[in-house]
Amino acid sequence: MAIMEDHLFAPGHTACSGCGQALAVRLVLRAAGSNVIIANATGCLEIFSSNYPYSSWEVPWIHSLFENTAAVASGIEAALRITGRLGNTKVIAQGGDGGTADIGFGSLSGMLERGHDVLYVCYDNEAYMNTGIQRSGLTPYAASTTTSPAGKQSWGKPQGKKDMVGLALAHGAPYVATASVGYPHDLDRKVKRALEITGPKYLQIHCPCPLGWRHDTSLTIEIAKLAVQSGLFPLLEFRDGELVQAHKISRPRPVEEYLRPQGRFAHLFAGEAGQEQIAAIQQIAERNIARYGLRRQERTAAKVPATAGEVTTEEKAARDRERVFTAAELAGFDGREGRPAYLAYQGLVYDVSGSSLWPDGDHQGMHQAGEDLTAAMADAGHGDEILAQFPVVGRLARDI
Amino acid sequence: MAKEILEGSRAVARAVAMCRPQVIAAYPITPQTHIVQELAQLVADGELAAEYVNVESEHSAASVILGASAAGVRVYTSTTSQGMLLMNEVLYNLAGLRLPAVMTCVNRAVSAPLNIWNDHQDSISVRDSGWMQFYAENNQEAVDLLLQAYRLAEDHRVLLPAMVCMDGYILSHAWEVVDIPTPAAVDTFLPPYPPLYRLDTENPLTFGAYAEPDKYTETRYMMQEAMNRALEVLPEIQADFARIFGRRYQGPVEGYRLEDAETVFIGMGSTMGTVKEAVDALRQQGEKVGAVRLIAYRPFPAQALYAALQRVRQAIIFDRAVSLGSGGPLATEVRALFQSAPDCPAISSGFLGLGGRDVTEETVINAYAQTRGRTVQGIFFDLRHDVEMEGVEG
Ligand SMILES: Cc1ncc(C[n+]2csc(CCOP(=O)(O)OP(=O)(O)O)c2C)c(N)n1
Ligand code: SF4
Repeated sequence: MAIMEDHLFAPGHTACSGCGQALAVRLVLRAAGSNVIIANATGCLEIFSSNYPYSSWEVPWIHSLFENTAAVASGIEAALRITGRLGNTKVIAQGGDGGTADIGFGSLSGMLERGHDVLYVCYDNEAYMNTGIQRSGLTPYAASTTTSPAGKQSWGKPQGKKDMVGLALAHGAPYVATASVGYPHDLDRKVKRALEITGPKYLQIHCPCPLGWRHDTSLTIEIAKLAVQSGLFPLLEFRDGELVQAHKISRPRPVEEYLRPQGRFAHLFAGEAGQEQIAAIQQIAERNIARYGLRRQERTAAKVPATAGEVTTEEKAARDRERVFTAAELAGFDGREGRPAYLAYQGLVYDVSGSSLWPDGDHQGMHQAGEDLTAAMADAGHGDEILAQFPVVGRLARDI
Repeated sequence: MAKEILEGSRAVARAVAMCRPQVIAAYPITPQTHIVQELAQLVADGELAAEYVNVESEHSAASVILGASAAGVRVYTSTTSQGMLLMNEVLYNLAGLRLPAVMTCVNRAVSAPLNIWNDHQDSISVRDSGWMQFYAENNQEAVDLLLQAYRLAEDHRVLLPAMVCMDGYILSHAWEVVDIPTPAAVDTFLPPYPPLYRLDTENPLTFGAYAEPDKYTETRYMMQEAMNRALEVLPEIQADFARIFGRRYQGPVEGYRLEDAETVFIGMGSTMGTVKEAVDALRQQGEKVGAVRLIAYRPFPAQALYAALQRVRQAIIFDRAVSLGSGGPLATEVRALFQSAPDCPAISSGFLGLGGRDVTEETVINAYAQTRGRTVQGIFFDLRHDVEMEGVEG
């Protein structure tokens, strides 16, 4: 996995195996680079990464308290600003969903309102994991937690997720986005984009927690993807209040597929009555899909009969192979928003649009179409023979 | 240096500006407001080059200066009463992180019932937080102690935050003559803040790590040692202060007319000005009385107090805060000082001036009369018997 080659977040920490948050942190740091100062809320992440005298942090890092991270980061930013260090050095504030949406909401609101040049990252594992899986404002509807347990008269948490994106937008933050560990490429891009923007930024990353969600530790990425593909956790990106990108789904997966592997939803599958609850959750997904326009229009390939005077398919294919793509042109074929998905490998450009392994131009959450993946092949779980099944549509221009 | 007649808050704000903090964060609360408004104006007028962060709560005020101090700059905040209680959690954190923040506590009572007037309940409530605490008798001291607090807090032998406590209204809103130092003199006394460690991408460090039982005790030990060292460093700083500003402070405790005193009043803050006048009055009547004032409450000046009180027959301690269910915080500690010591004076103690109740010469003289020939603990010296206490006394 080429994307994980840097280690600003050192191994040896004590996160559970399969921890989505630990993975997300590495991705965030990798994208941010070494010129950042991080303020970290109390929570799993702080505990598993900073047990004195050990520390996983290869960047300057401070933990103060549970609910004040955005304020601590505001202070760091103010100090950097007055000493002329801001800009070169970026500031990231980060915390769990509890530290962000509940107890730390006031200080986050203050930071956003005052307009500090800080990226706030919320690692959303949908409960207070550090203290033993209690419900938070970002715990989803019907999830069973230790303080919103399913029981004879309870289906788990009666409320849905707090709309933190909407709340961040209401502050006028110039960059607000959601991401998922299931889509590292997208996450990487969003962190980089956010850090290019001056002002307060809010990024909420969906991070499955095998311990709290009670799923197999090998399913972290799979489950993260299912949350996105079902419409329960939309991947969104807002610039200056405008939705500039929403990760499209062609055929939304039924929420059941997402819920079933997770113990926190097991009570929904225990009998008939649970079906109603599942239907209610399906409704939540449908509402997200409608609200953010997540459904991708299926492209119907219009069949044009080859008549006299027109080029045949073979001729057209041959001509296509002659097409030369610059890197910038290639980038336009990223598979998003219904665009074709092309990739380059050893000088040739392949069309992977039809492949189920490249939905929306995304491959296993690791690679995005529109790029030269020659180097990445070395780390792939397969060889380049796999490309033979895809049509070649052109050549990649050499760098001049 | 120039003597000026000005409001206490204004004098403090001017002194703060001369200390050149680079980040100020505060949240308004009566009677601290005049200080922070004046600072905001100084920044707005370009007379103070600082980031002034208008936070959404005192919890965040303390957190902002925490972040800024960790990033290596000098910081300031000010609060009182409910604001102090809301900051409480962060105060412990600032101290534990060994960040030399400085604040002015404009002392005020704590709710309920809501009361915006002066006593010491707010700062006393955070006495165990690891902040050093200094109590000003007048506005000149509120200024002088602020400068000394920065020097002491930032001294690498100490590295603990410090609060200068000044009585709400009585000092903060009082117009007094104050000798305002020149910026040049302050620069000589207080050079730019040299952080020992700071958040810096060139040298990435982890601040605020998690400490398990095998490490935590040592952090407390180191802080306690730093408190003890502060008592040793203070006279050094005071000597420097005297040299530059001409005003002499002698240690953490001040004695008044102790020469042949048999009875001594003990207390802190502006009340002690009144107490000194009462001492003068009683002396005129031939009573051998004196006063001892704690300037530093944290670190607790045990040795200096012991030395000052060793030869007196009777001590009367005035607390302006109550440890409900126990007694007077100051009294408890002073009594502990003499526990099983030879020549222990007869110690009486009680409360006065709670929630802004006036403390006059008469209050002190009455307290003296009430404790003649007997020792009493925890009495409310100025309790009114004409106020209906329905449902309270049962
Ligand atoms: C003021 C305060 N209240 C409660 C706690 C206890 N506490 C520590 S971490 C935590 C939960 C963290 O949950 P979240 O922010 O969702 O992060 P996670 O551990 O799930 O990553 C709680 C309740 C605390 N440290 N401080
Ligand atoms: S409890 Fe969850 S979030 Fe915490 S370390 Fe384990 S897997 Fe990660």
